[in-house]
Amino acid sequence: MAKNDLQGSLDLLILKTLSQKGDLHGYGIVLHIQRASEDLLSVEEGSLYPALHRMEQSGWVTSQWALSETNRKAKFYKLTAAGRKQLKEAEESFEQLVKGVRAMLRYA
Amino acid sequence: MSLANRIANLFRRSSVDREIDRELAAHIAMRIEDNVTAGMTPKEARRDALVRFGSRSAAKERTAEADAALFATGIWADLRYAIRQLLRAPGFACTAIVVLALGIAASVAIFAFVDAALIKPLPYRDPGRLVALFESNPLGPRFHLSYLDYLDWKRINSAFRSLDAYDDTEFMMDATSGAQRAPGASVSDGFFRTLGVAPALGRSFRAGEDLPSAPRTVLLSYAAWQTRYGARADVLGQTVMLNGLPNTIIGVLPQGFHFAPVGSPEFWTTLHRSTSEDRGEHGLLAIARLKDGIDLKTASANLSSIAETLAKQYPDADAGRGATVVELPEMIAGRFRPVLLVLLSGAALLLLIAYVNVASLLLVRSENRRLEVTLRGALGATPGRLARQFVTEGILLAALGCGIGLSAASVAMKLLTKLIPTEMMSSMPYLQGLGLNTHVLLFSGLLTAGATLLFSVVPLVALAASSPFQRPGLSAGLSAGQRGFAGTLWRRIGSNLVVIELATAMVLLVCAGLLGKSFYRLLHTELGMQPDHLAVLRVDTPRTGYEKNEQLANLARTIISRVESLPGVQSVGLTHNLPVDGGGNSSTFKIVGRPPSPSPSEEVVRQVSPDYFRTLHSRLLRGRFFLPADDASHPQVVIVNEAMARRHFPGEDPLGKRIMYDDSSPKMEVVGVVEDVKEGELDHATRPILYVPYAQDPGPTLCVIARTSQSEESLLPVIAAAIHEIDPGLMTYDAETMIDRINSSQAAYLHRSSAWLVGGFAALALVLAVVGLYGVISYSVSQRTREIGVRMALGAQQSSVYRMILSEAGWLSGIGIAAGLLCSVAAAILMRSLLFGTQAWDAATLIAVAILLAAAAMFASYIPARRAASVNPVEALRAE
Repeated sequence: MAKNDLQGSLDLLILKTLSQKGDLHGYGIVLHIQRASEDLLSVEEGSLYPALHRMEQSGWVTSQWALSETNRKAKFYKLTAAGRKQLKEAEESFEQLVKGVRAMLRYA
Repeated sequence: MSLANRIANLFRRSSVDREIDRELAAHIAMRIEDNVTAGMTPKEARRDALVRFGSRSAAKERTAEADAALFATGIWADLRYAIRQLLRAPGFACTAIVVLALGIAASVAIFAFVDAALIKPLPYRDPGRLVALFESNPLGPRFHLSYLDYLDWKRINSAFRSLDAYDDTEFMMDATSGAQRAPGASVSDGFFRTLGVAPALGRSFRAGEDLPSAPRTVLLSYAAWQTRYGARADVLGQTVMLNGLPNTIIGVLPQGFHFAPVGSPEFWTTLHRSTSEDRGEHGLLAIARLKDGIDLKTASANLSSIAETLAKQYPDADAGRGATVVELPEMIAGRFRPVLLVLLSGAALLLLIAYVNVASLLLVRSENRRLEVTLRGALGATPGRLARQFVTEGILLAALGCGIGLSAASVAMKLLTKLIPTEMMSSMPYLQGLGLNTHVLLFSGLLTAGATLLFSVVPLVALAASSPFQRPGLSAGLSAGQRGFAGTLWRRIGSNLVVIELATAMVLLVCAGLLGKSFYRLLHTELGMQPDHLAVLRVDTPRTGYEKNEQLANLARTIISRVESLPGVQSVGLTHNLPVDGGGNSSTFKIVGRPPSPSPSEEVVRQVSPDYFRTLHSRLLRGRFFLPADDASHPQVVIVNEAMARRHFPGEDPLGKRIMYDDSSPKMEVVGVVEDVKEGELDHATRPILYVPYAQDPGPTLCVIARTSQSEESLLPVIAAAIHEIDPGLMTYDAETMIDRINSSQAAYLHRSSAWLVGGFAALALVLAVVGLYGVISYSVSQRTREIGVRMALGAQQSSVYRMILSEAGWLSGIGIAAGLLCSVAAAILMRSLLFGTQAWDAATLIAVAILLAAAAMFASYIPARRAASVNPVEALRAE
């Protein structure tokens, strides 16, 4: 997937990361996306934060300052119930998209 | 984040800012740590972290934007920035704001008048169901009805819930300081119930209170209660002497109440008419309230059939008379509708030019700010953020312009109402208290919203074509921004705008020219008299001592000889009604020897003294003037005017013919034919008139006209004093010169004010359009400096550069003027009801305006053309 992806996909990646890893700071999210996608996906790191703050305004995530594993103060994000619901919807619509695109590609 | 938190964030933007900073810094620091752990040097680690992160300021800006709480603080920053921008370009800011304020002020002030006269509902219950009733006669559709006709209409009709009569009058009021004249009205008992108006104090007239046998009662207007009675509550039950008769005050009408058809009366009494009156005495008007489910047409048909029956039943009094029903609001202000609509359209056109002008100023500015926009874009401002900046500036500009415009409008309204002659003002009571009411504020709000929309959209559209709004073109915007596509685009939009401006200015100029010409024609219309050196004055007799015609005839003779003996007075004429705008009685009549016609003729009758025509310097066409001997003891005589001779004696000699009002009245012999004296309104053709000697048909009020050899103005008080010497009980009023009377007549006033106002709008429009053209041409020149430099370096002469620039301007003006020409003829045809003696396609006006506009346009483009021609090719090329 390209670097400047649709915002919807970035939201999906962040939500999924938080649902798998629990509380995580922005840098941790970036690392997880890289690792989990086996380095296929790389996010422009700066663009993560507007997305995180927007999601916080929408009530999908909450945030809290805490110490990281390297003892550095960082802002940790946590999925809310609304965020979980949003993740479910986003996953479904993404599946639809993939199915649709795949069907198109297979069409002889 | 809770709402409270978001609001709290407004006050701690810096802390939120710091928090975002810390979060981003932590991210980068962690990346650096990991990089170092992975074996990079600290320098490499840092570089890699920053590259991976991307633009930090952009991330911060967008993160801050995502925090909705920060939106409002963003606007405050925009606003401060917008103010700084305006302060930095004071010339632009002042021009834009002044132009806008002018346009808004003109529109809002005129709208306030339109609102007061045409939009604001009348202060009655359900005014849409009220109608005004008239009798029609061969002279026209709107004439008075008689008391007996009124009673029959009221009794027989099936269309109206109620029907009431009224009459305006002038009371002689006995005050402690002596006799005073007070405007009044007398109405039938149900008048205020039909209007649906209840007194603010006391009670309204009761049923039967308008009968001759009922005790006399009076209602005060709110103003009379305030000024004459000091707003005391104990006025109820007091007695006031009106026309020598005691009247009991029973109530005070509400403050906002007005009924324009009778002007602004202070005292409202009941009619007190008797059924023994003559049916032919037509002196009343009527109003009625439609029954539910009855429309104007049905009501009109109903009343017409009643009038038809009455005409058959009483042929002497009512033959040829029908009925006219019009909506009350139409009767009250219908006359001013065309003038007001023309003025409002004029103001709207001016506003259009003002908007277009400011929009094109903004376009030029957005061009010049291309670099700034590009730079802010490069530093991380999102397109949305940049757009918001321009919207903010548009709002600020519109708000300032509209604010100033609104204050100017309220001043203009006061000035304009002051300019209305007092007499006219009292006939338009709905204009009292004109000001910034809800309607007017709503209207200004709409104008402001329109301006805001226009002023924020225009620069956005212009900039949308430019690089900063298209992400990849950053470097293009920084380097080549000044020329190229966007510049051409603007020149095209700007040119179109200028064509609109020129065409609009042309329309306004043509309208102003036509109205001005109409006004000139009106003032130079054939009056049938020599209006200079004429002093006029009205005299009212007390009712006691002058009951008999003989007494009145004697008084007239005394006044004439007394005033004639004054030094400086050459001759004196008396008349029942003054020329120019004078109302008048009309009467049906027959010409002796003619076969009886089914509908009798009816014309205006004037009672005048022997020297009336000589004093006016009116020409006698045939026969003789009246003589002092034409009095009650001699055979009755009559003089007709030309219009009368033309209409009723075509191809005949009127001299010697005999006329009588009806079979019971004496025959009057036509002894003279005079030229048409403008007895009626200036802008109407003179009607046929029957002049009869005052001595043979005297009345209780008369008007003195004196021809003077010295300044007529200085003699006015002398004449009044001389009349008071005859009898201190005589009231004199309305002393003025004939010239003033003509100039302050309603027709002259309407034509003058519309000519001046539209002329003012047109002058402003001309200036704005020329400035607009100047702007477009000089911008075009500034954009083409390099091109011109190249041309000149290649050997182009100065004259060919002139030609190039002037032809561009010539094209624009040519198209503008041509379009304007078409639109002006269309506009003039729409307002032809306001033109007097002038055609809508008056060639002289059209040509003069076209030349004026073309000359102004050439002048405006000559300045930039000269600048272009004096371009130094070397510098022009080096400057790039």
